[in-house]
Amino acid sequence: MVTRRIDKETTSEIVRQFGAKPELLVQILQAIVMRYGWVPEETIRQLADEVNLSRADVFGVVAYYHDFRTEPPGEHIVKICQAEACQAMGSRALTDHARKSLGAALHETNEDITLEPVYCLGNCACAPAVMIDGKTHGRVNQVRFDELVGAMKESR
Amino acid sequence: MKPRSKIYVPRETSSVSVGADDVALEIAREAKRTGTNIELIRNGSWGATWLEPLVEVEVDGARIAYGNVSTSDVPGMFAAGLVEGGEHARRLGPIMEVDYLIKQDRWTFWRCGLIDPLSLDDFRAHKGFAALEKAFGDGADAVLDAVSKSGLRGRGGAGFPTGIKWRTVAETEADQKYIACNADEGDSGTFSDRMLMEGDPLGLIESMAIAGFAVGASKGYIYLRSEYPLTQSILSRALDVARENGWLGTNIQDSGFDFDIELHLGAGSYVCGEETAMLESLEGKKGIVRYKPPLPAHEGLFGKPTVVNNVVTLGSVPNIVNLGAERYSQMGVNRSKGTLAFQLAGNIKRGGLVEKSFGISLLELIEDWGGGTASGRPVKAVQVGGPLGAYLTAAQLDTPLDYEAFVEIGAMIGHGGIVVFDDTVDMAQQARFAMEFCAIESCGKCTPCRIGSTRGVEVIDRMIAGENREENYELLVELCDTMEGASLCAMGGMTPYPVRSVLKHFAEDFASSGDKP
Repeated sequence: MVTRRIDKETTSEIVRQFGAKPELLVQILQAIVMRYGWVPEETIRQLADEVNLSRADVFGVVAYYHDFRTEPPGEHIVKICQAEACQAMGSRALTDHARKSLGAALHETNEDITLEPVYCLGNCACAPAVMIDGKTHGRVNQVRFDELVGAMKESR
Repeated sequence: MKPRSKIYVPRETSSVSVGADDVALEIAREAKRTGTNIELIRNGSWGATWLEPLVEVEVDGARIAYGNVSTSDVPGMFAAGLVEGGEHARRLGPIMEVDYLIKQDRWTFWRCGLIDPLSLDDFRAHKGFAALEKAFGDGADAVLDAVSKSGLRGRGGAGFPTGIKWRTVAETEADQKYIACNADEGDSGTFSDRMLMEGDPLGLIESMAIAGFAVGASKGYIYLRSEYPLTQSILSRALDVARENGWLGTNIQDSGFDFDIELHLGAGSYVCGEETAMLESLEGKKGIVRYKPPLPAHEGLFGKPTVVNNVVTLGSVPNIVNLGAERYSQMGVNRSKGTLAFQLAGNIKRGGLVEKSFGISLLELIEDWGGGTASGRPVKAVQVGGPLGAYLTAAQLDTPLDYEAFVEIGAMIGHGGIVVFDDTVDMAQQARFAMEFCAIESCGKCTPCRIGSTRGVEVIDRMIAGENREENYELLVELCDTMEGASLCAMGGMTPYPVRSVLKHFAEDFASSGDKP
């Protein structure tokens, strides 16, 4: 589960786990996002310092990759696949349904739930596919989507 | 006391996505409740995804399959004598008699579904590491020869001859060389890399070690997309198993050969599936495409000679070493030798993975294996080769799957993904999405891709809105010419493929788009 509290010691610990090497920056940031849910400005400064890169270098990498959010997400993250195989099975309508039922547009957070697009979960023979808090679900129609979201809310 | 009955439930993303974990849990519970002595094995998927969750029970050496099992079926299956392969509405019969599977040419995926992916014993009992041992005996040159003679081409999509790539790296002098496995399987409609890594991860490790031995590389990287968390967990464990048992590390099995593999995660960038962008990302940087030359085979990862191969390409090698190049090159047609793991996806009744020799037609795959659309409506369009692949019409489906035959019709086979759409699809929206996706995923290095994709979305929006449709049509064609001719990599260079195919075959949808809900 994502720990929201950002602290310098945790960040340093993550850097130590991988080794403070510039070539591991993407791996370190991935671990930061898994831990914090996003990459805060203060963490960018700290990583630049510890990995011996300029802040611009670190910021550039953070800005480049979709996974490296620069805003804190909600407690739960719902990703709906927007790619072709899921489109063929109604992902556009499912996304509309999700927008309405969660009260959030893509990339937005409402009531601590963040709705995001994802471009392929590799579950294309079980389309449409959805990922909720890191777990992939297949053959998701609107009824099943509501059930999954319901179960997710109960897990709070 | 009766011996323990082996029951198999896949631990594979698609299967788990439709409830396999819950089914496995329920089977364990029901076994305990009924006092049935079972051994629960979490195998990979056979690839008959439409039957998932697929449960098998071993009875007198045969494996009896039950398809589309839900938790509510489990008590009834036990009551019907599951461990004896008892009759039940979900029972399909012996797995080796399932039509979808027996008609395939399983070369690369033959262990997938069959074995316990994380059991070294099971892997070894099914020729695991036999090819690496044979390679040690035959020598690097013999392996390079076999790969060349097999006619194997890159399965990531580009179709470059693997033997030439390996030979180039082998002949380039350097103090360090690398094997970089591209597991950034971002094309929609594709999941073969994932299935192979989840179903036979030790096989990939063996394949990479063979590549390392053949070219003289002591270090390998697997660049895995972050959208595959279950794959990450299975691969990490497999790497530990290999390391703990002396199949990775220094002096592997006293051969004198050192090789180890690091697993790196991507971070949601599609273009990192392009080999030079992937190398940048492996170096911890933004995934921005490099100019070529130099080729990665000369100056790749950290400036060193690097074999960059897709998962399925690598996975095809052990059997080439084991069974001989000729056996492989006898399959397929023309310059498309061997097999490809086709993936049936989208609006298809029987979706899944079908490993088959080249030369089969799309129609055979979609009808004979796929059973037509899931919706039961007519097929309108089929996108082959991911988001950069052309949309084909129902009339083009008899084209044989052969790299060159597809190029002739302005299409590509790519990584073998086949996405089926029924007649409710609005093709103008699909053309728009191709441009939109390129705008979202462009690395931004070259102008045609970075700017052209955004302009492309705007032009298509004007066409859909009915503004100067003919002028905008001309403009879009010109834009496609520019992107195709002047982009640095396939992202901008091939985004025009799906767009052009819509212009050519489905132009009427621009007029009707927007009228539809």
